Amino acid sequence: MADDQQIVVEKPAPGEIIAPGYTFSTITDQISSVVLTRKTPLFWFAAFGFGGSLLMLFLLAVTVLLAKGVGIWGIRTPVMWGFAITNFVWWIGIGHAGTLISAILLLLNQSWRNSINRFAEAMTLFAVACAGMFPLLHMGRPWLFYWMMPYPNTMGIEPQFRSPLVWDVFAVSTYATVSLLFWFVGLMPDLGTLRDRTKNPIGRAIYGILAMGWRGSARHWSVYETATLLLAGLATPLVLSVHTVVSFDFTIAIVPGWHSTFFPPYFVAGAIYSGFAMVLALAIPLRSVYGLQGLITDKHLDNCGKIMLATGWIVAYAYMLELFGAWYGGNTYEQAAFWHRMTGPYAIQYWSLVACNIVAPQFLWFKRVRSSPVLLFIASIVVLVGMWLERFMIIVSSLAQDFLPSSWGIFQATRWDWATYLGTIGLFLFLFFLFVRALPMISIFEVRTLLPQAKVSKEGKR
Amino acid sequence: MSEQGIYGVMAEFDNPSALVSAARAARAKGYRKLDAYSPFPIEELTDALHLHKNKLPLIVLAGGVIGGLTGFFLQYWIAVIYFPINIAGRPLNSWPSFIIITFELTILFASLSAVLGMMALCGLPMPYHPVFNVPRFSAASRNRFFLCIEAADPLFDPAQTSQFLGTLEPTEVSEVAH
Repeated sequence: MADDQQIVVEKPAPGEIIAPGYTFSTITDQISSVVLTRKTPLFWFAAFGFGGSLLMLFLLAVTVLLAKGVGIWGIRTPVMWGFAITNFVWWIGIGHAGTLISAILLLLNQSWRNSINRFAEAMTLFAVACAGMFPLLHMGRPWLFYWMMPYPNTMGIEPQFRSPLVWDVFAVSTYATVSLLFWFVGLMPDLGTLRDRTKNPIGRAIYGILAMGWRGSARHWSVYETATLLLAGLATPLVLSVHTVVSFDFTIAIVPGWHSTFFPPYFVAGAIYSGFAMVLALAIPLRSVYGLQGLITDKHLDNCGKIMLATGWIVAYAYMLELFGAWYGGNTYEQAAFWHRMTGPYAIQYWSLVACNIVAPQFLWFKRVRSSPVLLFIASIVVLVGMWLERFMIIVSSLAQDFLPSSWGIFQATRWDWATYLGTIGLFLFLFFLFVRALPMISIFEVRTLLPQAKVSKEGKR
Repeated sequence: MSEQGIYGVMAEFDNPSALVSAARAARAKGYRKLDAYSPFPIEELTDALHLHKNKLPLIVLAGGVIGGLTGFFLQYWIAVIYFPINIAGRPLNSWPSFIIITFELTILFASLSAVLGMMALCGLPMPYHPVFNVPRFSAASRNRFFLCIEAADPLFDPAQTSQFLGTLEPTEVSEVAH
């Protein structure tokens, strides 16, 4: 094997996805060396340590929460959803880009997705884990979460299946399960690669058990391809349904600012918007730290930037339609709700969200911006902040000022609100960097199929 | 019988086209118990070995149907029979509000059957397989392509089969011990 270890950082040729000069073995070695042989870079320790410290903060916040109750958060009548549900919707939305990349782009035959799908799916999984924390903790007694499930019990009661909150339980738990399955199935061939390449006997045993005896047989590949395609076909409607169901939590209520029929597509677009921002925010540092510019190329960043621009416009359209609907609908309360958003106690948040979500992404029209990783990174952070503000705006401002001025109240976030929120960012980073260290962050076998050598020549075709 | 002692004979190739031509040649020669091993899925190989049909779509369909029925009738049974609540005289079987959970359980059951069905059809997890006895086989998950004709094939003969594989321009031919 003479073709070992060449570092390639040239730009890919037009029409090609990854940089020229790669072979099956260099791809395998470059991606698996991150896990198996290469010295762990300082960046990893810094990021993992940062995530770990915030995770400690999360554990502290949860301990205090369990000891004292949800009153440590700023949730007071009338804003009983506060940060908890804001963060839940934000995190779930971030997860959606992973499924979009792995399922929808697979069905659309967008093979550039092959080098970013693995870590995007991992991102989905961990974002859903973070999202799940909030409704669980918000219940106040998370250890009784199983009361949400229908099961025979001595209390003689059952869930109310006409409630969107129960739909949410089923949608989010199905989403978490299917994301995990999809991610694991995608990992199996690569776990086989790691099993065959590692020299550490313990690692070999662990990867071997996880790979379940995968041997790359043509029989397996043919069933495997069918399975991935079917899973992609199932995950596609699923991902669209999940944020739709999340938006039903709002639209089925009659609160002004919530009760509108276009929330489902608006929420899904926003989810993909924030999710791609997170993909960029993770991909840009990772590829430069691990020297993966040949696999996650500028073209990938450019494509992600374009998707952000497109979904950003859908979100902008939704904001405009929301205002138009309020005005044209002629409902006084609805009109007041939007007037309050723009001029009321949350005006600063509203206008910052407009700046972050609508104005800032317009720079992505310029190719110069899309081809600069630093600017793209900044843009993605701005969008993540903007989308968080959007969720905050929808939930908090609508609840704070509903029908009767006598029942109005302003939400004040406490330090525990912030600690829990930052804590889940810690949980996310902690899990994500653990994943980067222990598993191949780019799908090795799918990137192999991108090589020109992977095409069977005419002679073989016949 | 000498072929009792070994699992089969394996040829190694260094590119996918060679593997596909070899698989075609072996099929043409009449071998049926054979398998190819590659580091990534190869569409033409699936054609060459006539592997296009599998039962997975049927399994997934069955899983989805069972999931959908479970989802709907779980809700129907609870809302209408076991725990009926009359809210403003609305029908107990308010089926439009049951659609979402029906849908979610359809997807959940179908996905689980896709994964479990795939593992069952592939015979995974498999703790031991003879092909791993070939030392070079670890390259099958990196950059090498293998074709194995198994001893279970009626036409199999250790010497002749090895010789036949040798004519397909492999980089190496080796016997696979049990």
